[in-house]
Amino acid sequence: MADLTTDLGFLRLKNPVIAASGTFGYGTEFEPYLDLEKLGGFVVKGLYFEPREGNPPPRLVETPSGLINAVGLQGVGVEAFADKVLPRLKGLDTAVIVNVCGADEDEYVAVVEFLDGHEGIAAYELNISCPNVKAEGLCPALSPGTTHRLVKKVKGVSRRPVITKLSPNVTDIGEIARAAEDAGADAISLVNTFLAMAVDIETRRPKLANVFGGLSGPAIRPLALRLVFQVASRVKVPVIGMGGIMSGADALEFLIAGAAAVEVGTANFVDPDASLRVIREVDAWCDARGVSRLRDVVGTIRVS
Amino acid sequence: MTIDRNARILSVETWDDYVLMRLASPAVGRGARPGQFVMVKVTAEPFPLLRRPLSIHDAGASGFSLFFKVCGLGTDILARRRPGDVLDVIGPLGTGFSVSEEFRGKRVLLVGGGRGAAPLYFLGRELKALGARVGVLYGGRCVSDIPLRHEFEAAGLAPACSTDDGTFGFRGLVTELLADEAARGPADFVFVCGPEAMMSAVAAKVREQGVPAEFSLESMMGCGIGACWGCVRRVRSRDGTGWTKICEEGPVFAGDRIVWED
Repeated sequence: MADLTTDLGFLRLKNPVIAASGTFGYGTEFEPYLDLEKLGGFVVKGLYFEPREGNPPPRLVETPSGLINAVGLQGVGVEAFADKVLPRLKGLDTAVIVNVCGADEDEYVAVVEFLDGHEGIAAYELNISCPNVKAEGLCPALSPGTTHRLVKKVKGVSRRPVITKLSPNVTDIGEIARAAEDAGADAISLVNTFLAMAVDIETRRPKLANVFGGLSGPAIRPLALRLVFQVASRVKVPVIGMGGIMSGADALEFLIAGAAAVEVGTANFVDPDASLRVIREVDAWCDARGVSRLRDVVGTIRVS
Repeated sequence: MTIDRNARILSVETWDDYVLMRLASPAVGRGARPGQFVMVKVTAEPFPLLRRPLSIHDAGASGFSLFFKVCGLGTDILARRRPGDVLDVIGPLGTGFSVSEEFRGKRVLLVGGGRGAAPLYFLGRELKALGARVGVLYGGRCVSDIPLRHEFEAAGLAPACSTDDGTFGFRGLVTELLADEAARGPADFVFVCGPEAMMSAVAAKVREQGVPAEFSLESMMGCGIGACWGCVRRVRSRDGTGWTKICEEGPVFAGDRIVWED
């Protein structure tokens, strides 16, 4: 059994595996299938200030080794979250991270200010990158300027660490990551989903009611890995890598490429206990190679 | 709800595109109720990626069975699995039909279309055991769409059948059979599962007759356990209408809660 503990500086995790936002509900949905306390942490579904209705169906399309979703961040809002969900998560011996959303800068700030008044949250993950709530997938994470302004504003009010979750749908990911770091982000997580679409050739209509959605799953893993590697080599803050991780080997690719921790997303839909499998397999890999501390593996990629 | 990674296939019967598969799985079978479903992993590979939501056709202490139609890559792979193969299944999931002692002596109608007959077999058996007077209306496009009729008969639930092309039973829609039934006196309750157009027509008919009904809705699902919010349908609740997860609050809903698309 290797030492899997992960120190993000602002947060210590018992292992580097975090269940990703939007794929893990509010955590409680998974209690019948796994012991939440075995996870490094989990990120609850994106929260806007008010309850949010989400997009009309169809919201999902399965594609080769992937899934395009256009759920549109349907959710209960901060008040119901604090009243009904948070009490059930409080006291869990794992990092509960809240994914924070907003239609504009003021809403992000309002969500953080509201949640700052409640206990039981380890950090915020700022969702500046969900591609399917607005036409053409626009979001603050598409430009360094809007990223910097938003992160700075939220950091200015938050009493908790702020992880900034980036979009892969940009030309120069390093530039955006640097903007988030300069604005005070405590960590960078990436990638959110890739903007995508699918067409029904019989009806000639888009398969999603929203036309566009976000692609996730093993199909995006090599694309995500490249972006995580680039960001990890450009910023000093810890990087949390994700994108199609299904197994321990997948997670190790991200860790070796420089991610201090990883998030497991779409795999949770296929196997509700997928995160535990990832942890088990990473541990077995360490044992088989005589690696006593997993953190010694982070960023050890050999590029000549 | 449990993950059974060792659900052994006992038998596979096929009629054209329709498949009846029996599985040994005490963990899933024991607690299953009519109208609930399972999420079946059709392959260990990442393609196709997602599990398939399938209605429980029957269940008991030792396992359960599935009745499905091959309608894409996932169900096609599943249909090729053989007795002795082992499946990875999550279930039983969702909220099923409301089966209770209240139905003793009551006249209930089960209306099924095509693969939608799947959960009605389990439901019919349970209602009959409770002492309800159960009538089954079973429709399809042609005779090959109503292969479960022998199963229903063997369970003492002989169905009135309809086919669009008249290759078996009444020539026409199952909703017309429903109108004939109504002429013999109103049912106390109607349970429905089938294609959207058929269910919407039945909903209009039972509303007109003032008969309460429950409908089992179908949707593509990402997870089946309430986490992905992909399988929503507009449903009425006390606070108005909203996108409601079929996997969690459903798949069975009271007819007056469902917002039907015109």
